[in-house]
Amino acid sequence: MSGAKIEELVVISGKGGTGKTSLTASFAVLAGNAVLADCDVDAADLHLLLRPVVLERHEFRSGNEAAIRTEECVGCGICREDCRFDAINVVRGANGRPKFTVDPLSCEGCGVCVRFCPVKAVSFPERVCGEWMVSETRCGPMVHARLGLAAENSGKLVAVVRREARRMAEETGGGLIITDGPPGIGCPVISSLTGASQALVVTEPTVSGGHDLERVLALTRHFSVPTAVCVNKWDINPGMTERIEEMAVRAGSRLVGRIRYDGTVTTAQLQELAVVETDAPSTEDIRRVWNNLGLLKDLPTKDEVGDPGHDDVDALVAKKPAEKKQGKKSL
Amino acid sequence: MKIALTTSGETLDAPLDGRFGRAPIFILYDLEKDYFEVIDNRQNLNTAQGAGIQAAETIIRAKADCLITGHCGPKAFRVLTAAGVTVYNCGEATVADALNAFKGGTLKPLDSADVEGHWV
Amino acid sequence: MILAVASGKGGTGKTTVSVNLAKVFGARVQLLDCDVEEPNCHLFIGGNPCSREVVSIQVPGVDESLCDGCGECGRFCQYHAVVSFGGAPLFFPELCHGCGGCQKVCPRGAIGEKERRIGIVETVEADKVTLIQGSLDVGVPMAPPLIRAVKSRMKHGVTSILDAPPGTSCPVISTLRCSDFVLLVTEPTPFGLHDLRLAVEMVKELGIPFGVVINRVGIGDERVYTFCGEKGIPVLLEIPDDRRIAETYSRGELVVDALPEYGSLFSTLLWNIREVRGKEKGAKRVRSKN
Repeated sequence: MSGAKIEELVVISGKGGTGKTSLTASFAVLAGNAVLADCDVDAADLHLLLRPVVLERHEFRSGNEAAIRTEECVGCGICREDCRFDAINVVRGANGRPKFTVDPLSCEGCGVCVRFCPVKAVSFPERVCGEWMVSETRCGPMVHARLGLAAENSGKLVAVVRREARRMAEETGGGLIITDGPPGIGCPVISSLTGASQALVVTEPTVSGGHDLERVLALTRHFSVPTAVCVNKWDINPGMTERIEEMAVRAGSRLVGRIRYDGTVTTAQLQELAVVETDAPSTEDIRRVWNNLGLLKDLPTKDEVGDPGHDDVDALVAKKPAEKKQGKKSL
Repeated sequence: MKIALTTSGETLDAPLDGRFGRAPIFILYDLEKDYFEVIDNRQNLNTAQGAGIQAAETIIRAKADCLITGHCGPKAFRVLTAAGVTVYNCGEATVADALNAFKGGTLKPLDSADVEGHWV
Repeated sequence: MILAVASGKGGTGKTTVSVNLAKVFGARVQLLDCDVEEPNCHLFIGGNPCSREVVSIQVPGVDESLCDGCGECGRFCQYHAVVSFGGAPLFFPELCHGCGGCQKVCPRGAIGEKERRIGIVETVEADKVTLIQGSLDVGVPMAPPLIRAVKSRMKHGVTSILDAPPGTSCPVISTLRCSDFVLLVTEPTPFGLHDLRLAVEMVKELGIPFGVVINRVGIGDERVYTFCGEKGIPVLLEIPDDRRIAETYSRGELVVDALPEYGSLFSTLLWNIREVRGKEKGAKRVRSKN
């Protein structure tokens, strides 16, 4: 059991496009040597600023998908009747009789058609859903991933990325993990939050931002993750900024600052730099938010290390076959 | 009585692993026969979701009466409790030390999961 | 016509495009908010709420008097949502995909189904716009079943505009399936272009015709245009980077109402979409003749 102190900051937003990836990159620069985890596996952008050099690539395999062997299909249609996900299509076979095929984009890998096909014409191979990478950046090591098209298991891939990031942090004797989270409140976000030390919600002073903030704060409360909030582009609507901050405090989170609207943020992006690596005006706001987050300030005792234990992820990484051994030893 | 312990090694000197679902190995120790088996948990974890649940199933099928580990999440805890397996909490120790502590009655049984689960 | 508005990157302006298009449509139109994790269309549409329904999915339950503990259900389940080890099975509904398999494999017919709430669907009438909105309960991980429920309330014969969630994975696919045309909203920045490429791959995989809307023209650079040009992707609308648009949006107002000089922007978009679809249909007719 590792006694290393690890803190994980997960940066989320609820609503997309509030600037969380931009901010995460700046935090990576300010931290200096944190382990970085890009958990926006659906549309990962952090690498565009951090320019990682990929050291390892791994296939991400999760679940199975059904595939009907057409030549064996007798066209009974039982699969289509049973499928709850509208994943079975009918096509005209060579002799004019119907044949059935699986739409891989809709198949959820439940196995019902596989089990109940009367002629056992359905294969059920493991699904390769994407890949994950371990890389080196100018700000420290980075774990990131790319989910395959329409793939189902984004929550699972997020868990793999976080698990690897945690393993790397443990190996170096502890430290900070900064995680760029996905938008929304669904499975990939939940998977990025559980067991985190702290969540930072980056929001914007708009009615949409406020509405979505409420929902994402309800989520972090649900999973007991201490939460901080910062308002990005705050001067677009100062009145709304105040209302949002009041709501955030009422919802039990703490405020860590405001970042001004800054057109030069895009310039930094074009130069493949984090905002704090330029002389953009919002740099001082970002530094203030970072200081207010107060990461790695205290060293807790070993008992306080609540490791979340990413259960299933080891299997996706380890490849040893099952063994059973026996031994006799007296205490 | 059979006691399951989470660990990363294959002998009684191996350290107790603090986390139930992701422990690479279970040692299943038979108190009466003074004999133990090593059960590899890694392959069982190779599934889409619910590995904590699957780890619980593994030790239940192996007829464990109780489990000694560091932390246990809510889904695994629910399965273990339903099967009548008592879960004991132990801090950093070797498997041998944990077993001695159990025999000495100094380990506390958990009455609920002690860490947040993952949705998967 | 079923028109879906999507993007790879979040925050590019999908909702802005969806709600303003619905407003200028001119005839009865349905606006479906399929971003069930963070639905926002209602903030801009106003109107009068008409109905509100709880949406549930089917999850399994067991009749213990019939169960003999054979464990077949647990062995079948691909998601570890059913666990059985000699007694009555335990269920983990949050992991359940609702496939019905455990019920089918049970040799004793001991497994039945019961409802588990996942969220709500509401309808709002605002002048000629009917808003159908899904809202996922906080803590429920899976969006697609609720998105399917929202879409099932779509009336055919009336044009529908679907506001999709951001990204390219299963919630977006559920939204886009069976659409006639997709608008991909992007911005001319490295993040915008990178995520647009992913979204284009996704829409091509789905085989649905599409066009691009470039928002915040003026920031960033030309690469998005170069990309669209190279791939022969029609750019159907350009929205300038105007701080007033951001401020209007921040207040929950429609651009077409607050900034009348932009009134024709969205009507032009509609026109362009019809043009492109007309060409597509023409091309299809030619292809099928040959």
